[in-house]
Amino acid sequence: MKPTSQTTRSTMNTLPGPENVTRVQLENGITILARSNFNSPSVVLTGYLQNGGLFDSDELLGLAHFTSLALLRGTRRRNFQQVYDSLESIGASLGFGSGVHTTGFNAHSLSEDLPTLLDLLRELLQEPVFPPEQIERLRAQILTGLAIRAQDTGDMASLTFDKLIYPNHPYGRPEDGYPETIQAITRADIQAYHRKTYGPRGMVIVVVGAIEPQSAVEHVSRLLGDWQNPDQPDPPALPPIQPGEKSQVQKVVISGKSQSDLVMGFLGLTRKSPDYMPASLGNNILGQFGMYGRIGDVVREQSGLAYYAYTNLNAGLGPGTWEVTAGVNPANIQKTIDLVRQEIARFTRELVSPEELSDSQANFIGRLPLSLESNNGMASSLLNLERFDLGLDYYQRYPDLVRAVTPEAILETARRYLDPDRIAVAIAGPENGAIQ
Amino acid sequence: MSNSIVQTQLSNGLMLMLKEIHTAPIISHWLWYRVGSRDELPGRTGISHWVEHMQFKGTPQFPADVMDKAISREGGVWNAMTYLDWTTYYETLPAEKIDLALRLEADRMVNSQFDPDEVASERTVIISEREGNENEPFFRLGEQIQAAAFTVHPYHHEVIGDLADLKTLQRNDLYEHYHTYYAPNNAVLAVAGDFDTEKMIARLRELFEPILAGSAPPHPAKPEPAPAEEKRLVVEGPGETTYLQLAYHAPAANDPDFFAYTVLDSLLTGPTGLNMFGGGGISNKTSRLYRAVVEKELGISLNGGLQATIDPYLYDITVTVHPQRTPDEVIAAVDAEIQRLQDEMVSPDEVARAIKQARALFAYGSENITNQAFWMGYAEMFAHYDWFENYVERLAQITPTDVQRMARTCLQPHNRVVGTYLPGENGRENQ
Repeated sequence: MKPTSQTTRSTMNTLPGPENVTRVQLENGITILARSNFNSPSVVLTGYLQNGGLFDSDELLGLAHFTSLALLRGTRRRNFQQVYDSLESIGASLGFGSGVHTTGFNAHSLSEDLPTLLDLLRELLQEPVFPPEQIERLRAQILTGLAIRAQDTGDMASLTFDKLIYPNHPYGRPEDGYPETIQAITRADIQAYHRKTYGPRGMVIVVVGAIEPQSAVEHVSRLLGDWQNPDQPDPPALPPIQPGEKSQVQKVVISGKSQSDLVMGFLGLTRKSPDYMPASLGNNILGQFGMYGRIGDVVREQSGLAYYAYTNLNAGLGPGTWEVTAGVNPANIQKTIDLVRQEIARFTRELVSPEELSDSQANFIGRLPLSLESNNGMASSLLNLERFDLGLDYYQRYPDLVRAVTPEAILETARRYLDPDRIAVAIAGPENGAIQ
Repeated sequence: MSNSIVQTQLSNGLMLMLKEIHTAPIISHWLWYRVGSRDELPGRTGISHWVEHMQFKGTPQFPADVMDKAISREGGVWNAMTYLDWTTYYETLPAEKIDLALRLEADRMVNSQFDPDEVASERTVIISEREGNENEPFFRLGEQIQAAAFTVHPYHHEVIGDLADLKTLQRNDLYEHYHTYYAPNNAVLAVAGDFDTEKMIARLRELFEPILAGSAPPHPAKPEPAPAEEKRLVVEGPGETTYLQLAYHAPAANDPDFFAYTVLDSLLTGPTGLNMFGGGGISNKTSRLYRAVVEKELGISLNGGLQATIDPYLYDITVTVHPQRTPDEVIAAVDAEIQRLQDEMVSPDEVARAIKQARALFAYGSENITNQAFWMGYAEMFAHYDWFENYVERLAQITPTDVQRMARTCLQPHNRVVGTYLPGENGRENQ
């Protein structure tokens, strides 16, 4: 079913596009995207810088992430409590975190406080002092986070799966590091990493909320327009990755747990791949549509094996994963793996039905207004446009892109990436889960 | 909070709450039932949540996969939640598709099947949901704390229910519970978004008014006697991290003291928002207890939370204990801060700051229509919508004296349960 002409009209007015999104590039390499939303007196500020875990050596894995968290621990002008007092006294929030490619930030405040928020962002990026006492406090917090991660069946299954898919590759390493690497990082490492990799080139800032775009651009330009880092390096190239030759199973034992988590799947594709849209719709049919698509139907609805069982297509700057996640009783692991494998086999053997495809197409198009409704939803969508170079008119072209996908294209794409005989399986849970 | 709502009642007792919002072509519809774990007696724990799951299994008119597909096709979202005091179902859809949700909710208020095979299959799904919860130390600890805090009142048990009951409840138990509580006179329907109020009321009347009122459903909860002394408990489990939870008996949402308590919460552990969907929160690193516990390296993180409930429930302070410290050291630091709050008047600035934080949280929550629709019915479950409309105003009336009085009366050791999660095997004991 296609949306009625009336829907199309009213939806199109709210969809982001060149006529209602302001995009400005500053001379120092910062890109600003701004869009107004006066429905609520609030504003979201989000974006990223061109540094991340890709810069980390194996010995100091987690340095990028540690550094991003440490930015908030004190500046030349404010100590830790003063930094947070600036935020919390106005009901604002600001956080940093590093992924493999970039270091992201996300903040929100009442729109009247945007200048305060931007001023603080500038200070945190340019003038952090990494107080020794705060670094040690933060180190203890990160280490406890890693101890908790080691007990989390979902996290450990996911981490183990990434290692299977990306052997000896940056994508196979956890961005938050390991206890021994976090212990090895010194304050001097953090200072040097910050000095070297933090700079304006390739930085993106998105502002969405109750503010005129021009005013947002002026604020950002005034505060960050003269930022320079002549030494800022280009990000290291991503090493090539090959799909696995055969099926692999790896289990992590976490004693005393009630449930096992299971992650199984394949090397996938990049966000800019021409396969992305057929893969994305196929993924929706396989393990998302309604309550988890085909896989949810067999694992949860028909077999009652799990509270959750769904698929994810993770597509980023480099090839991501196409994976199935399920939380099951340890006694049901093998049964679940078999059911999932059968569904993947069917998905790579037969065309999806025209009804299944039109259901998912309608879902993709229909959910746009909802996903773009809040400032956060709009801001993260604009950030994606920039990150993946999709074009400002992407969401306006999107319905046509979705409708152009055919069952044949989905089958071809599925066959390119999914192979039930070359699947990687990672399990984390108690000892008693039997697998064949 | 500026634009007001329209409220009316159908002849069968169904309360309607409507709020026009024309900022996006979206409507969010919520149907609330006054039933939750608060209404469950021993042997039937978890039944409200299980009934909620069964409501997705279909009716003759809307078989399970048909409902799910129909809503997903339109790009909508739908889900349900069961809590201590209530169960709620919602659908957010493109405005011109909302009729689907209205028809569906009217239908499943009375026509759900509860097919025995579906009951059997859902039993294992819910047990799996519980097993997933059991993987979390804070679930294990929280379950024991509720059990210790409430000996008479059904807040004694977790919403998901005891495993023994999940294994033994039968189809007819579920069906009877459904018939007892799913009736228009026990429900509130809230709808917000891009519609015309008069037309919407006419349509709701058409769909819901033919449903017959039921007899007044029982709410068997008995008041919990005032606690006489502090209780302490220890839960052992896997891992190497120690967790601490202090749970104080707290006022009900309708108690005038709830607002002073909200300011107290904000000062002690940071503001707790009332948003269910999006908008984001506010960190708590300048709160008194964060500074006393985390900044002093006794804890790794600290959080607090106050719930709006019909009957007095719990105010929780949860701490991930620093690996080099003991729970007793954390408790001593918390007690010293509470003592300071009891002895010294807080500054008016601190109270003003809590108000500004509440205002900001409301602004974030107003960004999406689903959350605004949520607010209407939510408030009605334990008070009235004006509770919500006047929330910030009532917080603004709180004085430092009120805060001190709350600290003196409520934050007493005899009024709390202290629970510790200690890592057992493979944990610190072996190091």
